[in-house]
Amino acid sequence: MSAALDKVTAPDTEEGVAEAVRAALASREPLAVEGRGTKRAMLRPVQAARTLSTRALFGITLYRPTELVISARAGTPVAEIEAALAEKNQKLIAEPPDLRALFGVEEGATLGGVVGANLSGPRRITGGAMRDHVLGIRAVSGEGEVFRSGGRVLKNVTGLDLCKLLTGAHGTLGVLTEVTLKVQPAGEATGTLALRVAGLEEGIAALSAALGSPFGVSGAALLPEGHAPLGLDGPVALVRIEDFAESVTYRLGQLRAALSRFGEVSVLEGAPSRAAWRAVRDAVPLGAQPEEAVWRISVAPSRAPAVSAALREAFPARLLLDWGGGLIWVAGPATADSHAAVMKAAASAGGTFTLFRAPEALSAALPVLPEEPAALASIGQRVKAVLDPAGILNPGRMRAGA
Amino acid sequence: MMLADGTAQGHFGPMIRLPPPKPEILARRDAILADLRRLLPEDAVIGEAIRLRPYETDGLSAYRQMPLAVTLPRTTEEVAAVLRYCHAHGIRVVPRGAGTSLSGGALPLEDAVVIGLMRMNRILEVNYADRYAVVEAGVTNIGITKAVEGDGFFYAPDPSSQLACMIGGNVMMNSGGAHCLKYGVTANNLLGLTFVTIEGEVVRIGGQHLDAAGYDWLGLITGSEGQLGMVTEVTVRILRSPEGARAMLAAFSSVEVAGQAVDAIIGAGVIPVALEFMDKPCIHACEAFAHAGYPLDAEAMLIIEVEGSVAEQDMLLNRIKKICARFDPISLKLAESAEQSLAIWKGRKGAFGAVGRISPDYLCMDGTIPTGELPHVLKRISEMSAHYGLGVANVFHAGDGNLHPLIMFDANDAESFRKAEAFGADILKLCVEVGGCLTGEHGVGVEKRDLMVAQFTSSELALQRAVKSAFDPGWLLNPAKVFPLEGNEALAA
Repeated sequence: MSAALDKVTAPDTEEGVAEAVRAALASREPLAVEGRGTKRAMLRPVQAARTLSTRALFGITLYRPTELVISARAGTPVAEIEAALAEKNQKLIAEPPDLRALFGVEEGATLGGVVGANLSGPRRITGGAMRDHVLGIRAVSGEGEVFRSGGRVLKNVTGLDLCKLLTGAHGTLGVLTEVTLKVQPAGEATGTLALRVAGLEEGIAALSAALGSPFGVSGAALLPEGHAPLGLDGPVALVRIEDFAESVTYRLGQLRAALSRFGEVSVLEGAPSRAAWRAVRDAVPLGAQPEEAVWRISVAPSRAPAVSAALREAFPARLLLDWGGGLIWVAGPATADSHAAVMKAAASAGGTFTLFRAPEALSAALPVLPEEPAALASIGQRVKAVLDPAGILNPGRMRAGA
Repeated sequence: MMLADGTAQGHFGPMIRLPPPKPEILARRDAILADLRRLLPEDAVIGEAIRLRPYETDGLSAYRQMPLAVTLPRTTEEVAAVLRYCHAHGIRVVPRGAGTSLSGGALPLEDAVVIGLMRMNRILEVNYADRYAVVEAGVTNIGITKAVEGDGFFYAPDPSSQLACMIGGNVMMNSGGAHCLKYGVTANNLLGLTFVTIEGEVVRIGGQHLDAAGYDWLGLITGSEGQLGMVTEVTVRILRSPEGARAMLAAFSSVEVAGQAVDAIIGAGVIPVALEFMDKPCIHACEAFAHAGYPLDAEAMLIIEVEGSVAEQDMLLNRIKKICARFDPISLKLAESAEQSLAIWKGRKGAFGAVGRISPDYLCMDGTIPTGELPHVLKRISEMSAHYGLGVANVFHAGDGNLHPLIMFDANDAESFRKAEAFGADILKLCVEVGGCLTGEHGVGVEKRDLMVAQFTSSELALQRAVKSAFDPGWLLNPAKVFPLEGNEALAA
C-alpha cells in the first residue's frame, strides 16, 4: 500500500475518527486503517486511496497498578506504555514484538496496531496471547458508530465478546480507538538455560519437558542456527524463568538437572538473558533479508521437526522456533513455490500459516492465510457485513476481495 | 441469581417473560417427536411429560418451563442432524450441558427442543508432550483433571460446580473459578472446538496449535451462551500441577484496611493463586457452619493461597505476612501443612451452604467491580441491605474484583422474594456505575437479560444482536437469553 501524505487523515479525537469513517462511507471511498503504519508490509496490501491513522489519538487514559489494568488510546506507542508499566515494575503479559527491523521502518508500533494484529512474543506460550489480555475496547464501526465491548475489570462475561473478534482482525471490523489491557508484575529476576541440542527433535523434546515441568517456564524457544551476536551456537534450546530471585535460582537449578540429558547446559542471567529473549521476540535470529518472504506457522509443538524438515527439503528455509516449537518463523525465497510448500507443510501437520511479510507482488497474488471452511467463511462475510457493511475498512488486508 | 430452594415458581407463577411460543410448532409436537425418533436412536428422544420434568429448569431453579422435547445425542453427527432438522422447520433449540447455570442459561422454552450433551462424555485424546486434551462436550470439568492428574497435570479453570458442570457449558459461559487470577478463565485455556452451526454444518475451529489465523472465532464463541451454535468437542490446554500450594488467613478491623492490604500485596508484585475476601456476616455464617477457627471480631478476612516448592511457599507467605502486618491485622495465620490449608479453605468452600443454613433462601449475585471500589461498594450494599430489610453476606474474588453477594430472603414470602430481586438488581447496577460489569463468571442468561441496558447502549446491543444474527438469522438458538426482549423484532410474535 502506498498512501500519499495528502490522503492521510489523523484525527485526535474518537469522534474525529467516527467522522472520518462516516465521510468515507458517504463517498464510498475505502480507508487504509493504521496507527503509525509500521505493519503495512504485513499480510496483503490494502486497496484504498485514503488512509485513516490513529497516530494522533494517543495517551494513557487509566492506569491502576494494584488493579492490574491499563487503558490507552489506540495511537499510543507501545514503548510509551511499556515505559509507564516499567515505572511500577509491571509488564505487558504477551510481550509483543518490536518488528521495526523486520518491516524496515523507523517508528515503533502503536497499541492499536499490536492489538489489531494480535501480536504476541515468547511469553505467549504460558502467559497467553495479546487477545487473552484485552479486557475492553472502544472502536468505530464501518458505519462510523462508536461502540464498546468488555470493560476495565479482569473478569467479565457480559454479552458477546467483541474484544476477541476485533483483536487480530487487522482493522477490518472496526477502528480501535482505545484498549484496556490486563498487566502483570514484571518479575524481580529472570534467567535462562541454554541447551546445546543435537537437532530439532531433541530440542523440541527438551522444550516439552521444560513446559511439562512444574517450574513455571515463561519462554521456550529453539534456534536451529543459534545466534552469533550472543555467542549462542545452534541448534540451541532456550528456557526462561521470570519470578522472584529465590524462585529463579531454585527453578533454574531444578530444570538444569532435569534437562541436562538433552545436551550441554549453560545459564544466562540478567542482561544476557533479557537480550536473548528480545532477539527471539523480534525474530532477529531468523536473519530475514529484505527481499525474502517471512512466514509464521502454528502447529502442535511435536509436529515442528517434521514441518521444519519438509520446508528445508522444499527450499533453502531458515527457521526460528518459539512457543515450545508451536510457532515456526520461516524465512526464504519469496516465490509461489516456497509459499506452496509452507501451505502444504502447515496443512499436513494440522496447523495454520500466515504469510507474514512478502513483496507485494507475492502477497497480493496468494492467500496469506489459510482458507476457512465454507460454513465459517460465509459466517465471516455476514459478520463483516454487520460491522463494515460497505466494506470500506482495510479492504483486501486479510483476504482478496474482503 | 441462584434460588437455593426451587419452590418459588409454585408460589409466584412465572417470573420471567419468555417469547411467545410458535403456535404452529406446538401444534406439530407429535409429528416433530416422530421425526426426531427417525433421526436419532429411540432412547435419545424424550417426549413424555414425566421424563421431560428434570429438564424444565437449571441452577436458577426459580424459573421453570417444560420444553417441547429433549434430545440426548451421542455424536457430533447426531447433534448436527437435530440442528439441521430444527433449522429446516423453524424450531427453536436450547443447548444444555449439566444444567448447572446460575443465570438460567439452559432454561427451556415451550416450543423448543433441548439438545442435552451429557451422553457425549468421552475423553478422546490426551497429549502430554503438546499439553492438550480433546474431550467431548459432556465431560465434566473435574473429569478432565481426573483423567490427567495421575500424570501430574490438571485443567485450570475450576468453577465451584466443577464436580457436575460440563466442559461444553464451561465454553458457552466462559466459566471462571477461584484460581483465575493466576490461570485465567475458560477462554484462556482452549485451543480448539468442534462447532455445529444452526444449519447443521460441522466446523473445526482452532486445533492443537495456538492462535489460529483469521478472525478469532474461538474467542467469540467462548462465552456466547449458546447464541451462535453448539460445541460438541473441545481441545483444552492442560498444565503441569505446581509442586504444592498453601494458604494463609489474614483478618482485619475494617473493610477499607483489608482492601488496602490486597492492593499492597498486588502492588508488591505478588500474584497469589487465590485471594478471597469475606465480610463479617459471611465470616460468622461460615464459622458457625464449618468451625474453621475464623476470627469473629474481624470485619473482613482474606484467604490467600500461594504455589511452588515448600521453600517458595514459605518465601511468598512471609512476604505477604510482612505486608499484612503493616495493616494492624487482628490475626494472621499461616498454614503449616496441607491439612491446615484445607482447614482455612473449609469455611470459604462451604460459604454458600453456610448462608443457606442461616436463611431459608438466598440469591447469589455475580457482578465485577474495580477492586479499588470495594469499600465504597460494600458500604452501599450495606445501606441497601438496611433499605430492603434483607441480610447480605459478601464473598469476593478480591484479586480480580468478582463480587458474590448472597442476599438472604424467604421464598415463601412473595414480598421478600420481590425485594431480594430488586436488591440484587440494585447491586448489579451499582457494579456497572463504578466501572464494573453485570456478570463476572455466571453469565447473563435470562436472569440479567433485562439489566443489559444498564451496561450497554441500544446501538451496542443492536450490534451484538446483529452478530448473533450473522450466525443464527432466524434466532432459533437459545432465544430469550442474553438480550432484552424489548425491541427485538426477531422474537416478536
